[in-house]
Amino acid sequence: MKRIYIYIGMSLAALAAAPALADTYAITGGTVYTLGAAGKIEHGTVIIRDGKIVAVGADVVVPAGVTRIDASGKLVTPGMFDPQSQFGVDEVDAVSETQDSALTSTRYTAAFDVTDAINPRSVLIPINRIEGVTRAMVAPVAGNSILDGRGAIIELGDTRGFVIKDPAALFVTLGEQGKKLAGGSRAGALLALREALQDAKDYSANRAAYDKGAQRAYDLSHLDLEALQPFVNGQLPVVVSVDRASDIEAVLRLAAEFKLKLVISGAAEGWMVADELAKAKVPVIMNPMQDLPDRFESLGSTRENAARLQKAGVLIAFETGDSHNARNLKQFAGIAVAYGLPWVEGLKAITLNGAKIYGMEASTGSLEVGKDADLVVWSGDPLELTSFADAVFIRGKPMPMTSRQTELRDRYLPYIKADAPALPPAYSQPR
Amino acid sequence: MSIRPLVTAFCTAALFALAAPAFSAGQDDGPTEFPPDPFPSTYQPLPSVTTLIRHVTVYTGTGTEMDDADIMLKDGKVAALGKDLQADPGVLVIDGTGKFVTPGIIDIHSHLGVYPSPGVEALSDGNELTNPDTANVRAENSVWPEDPGFNTARAGGVTTLEILPGSGNLFGGRSVVLKNVPEFTTEAMKFPGAAYGLKMACGENPKRVYGSKGEFPSTLMGDVAGYRQAWADAQDYDRRWKAWEQDKKGLPPARDLKMETLAEVLNGRVRVQMHCYRANEMATMLDVAKEFHYHIAAFHHAVEAYKIPKLLAENGTCAVMWADWWGFKMEAWDGIRENIPMVDAGGACATIHSDDPDGIQRLNQETAKAWAAGNRIGLNISEAHAIMWMTLNPAKALGIDDKTGSLETGRMADVVLWSGNPFSVYTKAEKVFVDGALVYDRDDPKRQPGSDFMLGEDGQGTGGMQ
Repeated sequence: MKRIYIYIGMSLAALAAAPALADTYAITGGTVYTLGAAGKIEHGTVIIRDGKIVAVGADVVVPAGVTRIDASGKLVTPGMFDPQSQFGVDEVDAVSETQDSALTSTRYTAAFDVTDAINPRSVLIPINRIEGVTRAMVAPVAGNSILDGRGAIIELGDTRGFVIKDPAALFVTLGEQGKKLAGGSRAGALLALREALQDAKDYSANRAAYDKGAQRAYDLSHLDLEALQPFVNGQLPVVVSVDRASDIEAVLRLAAEFKLKLVISGAAEGWMVADELAKAKVPVIMNPMQDLPDRFESLGSTRENAARLQKAGVLIAFETGDSHNARNLKQFAGIAVAYGLPWVEGLKAITLNGAKIYGMEASTGSLEVGKDADLVVWSGDPLELTSFADAVFIRGKPMPMTSRQTELRDRYLPYIKADAPALPPAYSQPR
Repeated sequence: MSIRPLVTAFCTAALFALAAPAFSAGQDDGPTEFPPDPFPSTYQPLPSVTTLIRHVTVYTGTGTEMDDADIMLKDGKVAALGKDLQADPGVLVIDGTGKFVTPGIIDIHSHLGVYPSPGVEALSDGNELTNPDTANVRAENSVWPEDPGFNTARAGGVTTLEILPGSGNLFGGRSVVLKNVPEFTTEAMKFPGAAYGLKMACGENPKRVYGSKGEFPSTLMGDVAGYRQAWADAQDYDRRWKAWEQDKKGLPPARDLKMETLAEVLNGRVRVQMHCYRANEMATMLDVAKEFHYHIAAFHHAVEAYKIPKLLAENGTCAVMWADWWGFKMEAWDGIRENIPMVDAGGACATIHSDDPDGIQRLNQETAKAWAAGNRIGLNISEAHAIMWMTLNPAKALGIDDKTGSLETGRMADVVLWSGNPFSVYTKAEKVFVDGALVYDRDDPKRQPGSDFMLGEDGQGTGGMQ
């Protein structure tokens, strides 16, 4: 017995069944925000073949036999990119058995890489995917060291090729939390970071001696020192969580000294040092909703933070702080727009900019020929509360528009009506 | 055929059918005379002028939308609502063309003041985690009125809020209903005539807090045994007082502040506001309520309420819900976006809440998300109806719907003028009125109250003056 109430999945189910050129799709008639040089295209067409965007424009000829998706009256944008998630390493927050995002042992610090713990079958992934989240950084969170560990970029599609860049960044916790971890002072936390960076460089210059046991002892393990190499070399970004303006300045000084590719995460008081951030070309991952002085390090919080940072020339990307509801990135971008951020910058802050921060913009984040086809067809303005994703493509594949939550909904929906089924809901099996 | 009017009528009828005999806050319907409120409200409306907002789209909070309407606020009340109202000389006239008016938002579940900003330990007074039954404590004695969150909530259109103790105990203590005015004592914010609530908590929190210390309760069955014994004791306490009051011979029974709160619930003067996530636990609690003859005003969080709307409707118990929170613990695992609209469509009283100092600033947005999710599955709910989830329905659950929560003539003039449709992410509360007084004006820095806490701070962080 089947009681399936599919509302949003209908069009995709239909197109999946249609005979067509394998893996070729034409999305036609929509307003396409490419976020590339072509800008916004009215009545645009996007052709997807074998996972890539092969054509974008207003005058694109649709080849015969491809599967068409009519996006008339709709908006087409790159998929959302969560720049600091815990997808696959955090299932139920309060159930420690399902948590792999923090290492509370200090045996390893920088070497800790969440990638091997990621579960691509996490139910969080479809729940966010059907609402337009297509890629994410899976980041560790602070355990018992200021060095949280390393994170990877994933796509939220099927399990094949799930991790697309690893390691992609090192995460460091300073500020109020970092000071606790480092023994009671911000200065101590910075000292711990300085020592790690210095030792990693020293180790790199003296590997042979280290292997012979002829080098001075380091506080970090061999694996940690190895793991730090691409970061002290400035190849990969170091994401430092910090909020207070003076803490941001302190990190900027240290990063300049060590020539780090620095990213600031948090930055509640970022707008106070916006010019310094812009000058140092340091991007910011932030929650644009943050407007309460909820900590002594966030007394300068304001909803205009995003607009002020962007105006100063800082590259900004938004995070929600809750992977379960990363789907609300669009709402957070809308709030930033309501408080002064230009609309298209709000869209970029949940799509392209995350890709840029992690050096992924050559393959994702915008709708341009040659890029991976990660895109969303929205029922209306994606930043609005009442719009939703009509279709989601990840690497050129249409995603099934179902999740554990749609199955729960469809199971119980018949029972709120007068003619409720006689058998209990448990007999309603979605598959 | 639209089922909306029927559903609405049923929700209201069910609520009142059950609620009317039990709830008569402020009225003495039993022989027990406990001492009056030891912390009486000193609330006085702020100064106001007669105000006429013209040419505005009005959602009345009762399910009606009026286009190009005028609304008059006079002497703290909604004085008139209609077309082409006449303004006497001296009346402040505001052109609302292109704008919207709703009742002030009511957040029935907030911890502002008891878990304020900044969230430091010295200011965190929301959970008295020293005994699973602290029915004797009162949230109002923990509220720090300088919490900047009151100001940001007001800038988001919140005019009334219920401040609850936390959910670590079976009986967390008394809640307090506040008018969101920037006063420096809690008494001066207390909503006149609003009944106290009793915060109770189902599920994981109490059993974790006490179980982890090796104390009672450590299981769900322990939770339920804990409630039942306390209610049995309260019945006994209430009987002893009532017996003594018959002839007042000898010494009165000793006062017990825990028992007193519970007895007030049994006598219908304090409203049970119960933190409860799972459908089966809500059903259990409705049984406990029947056993001891009390009423549960609302289940808070209620992420599985969509599984039992008919049961909630039969019991006249509201479900107080988020738009989309889920997954942070096992009892929140089954959360869905359609919870609120499905509860509503199933005939029960559905209400939004924040439980969060950020969420409280955008309850109109959270309501919009829930509304849109419902309509995606064909529930066909009007915006005017969905507005009730953040206005009239929480007022009902608090027992103050005869005072606020709708824009009917004679109601308190708790009103928000929105810059546009309140269900748009780009819309802001432009002017907020409490009892007819302009308590917040986005266009006038002189009407943007700030907390003492933010004085002397460097920089231009909003600190509550968004």
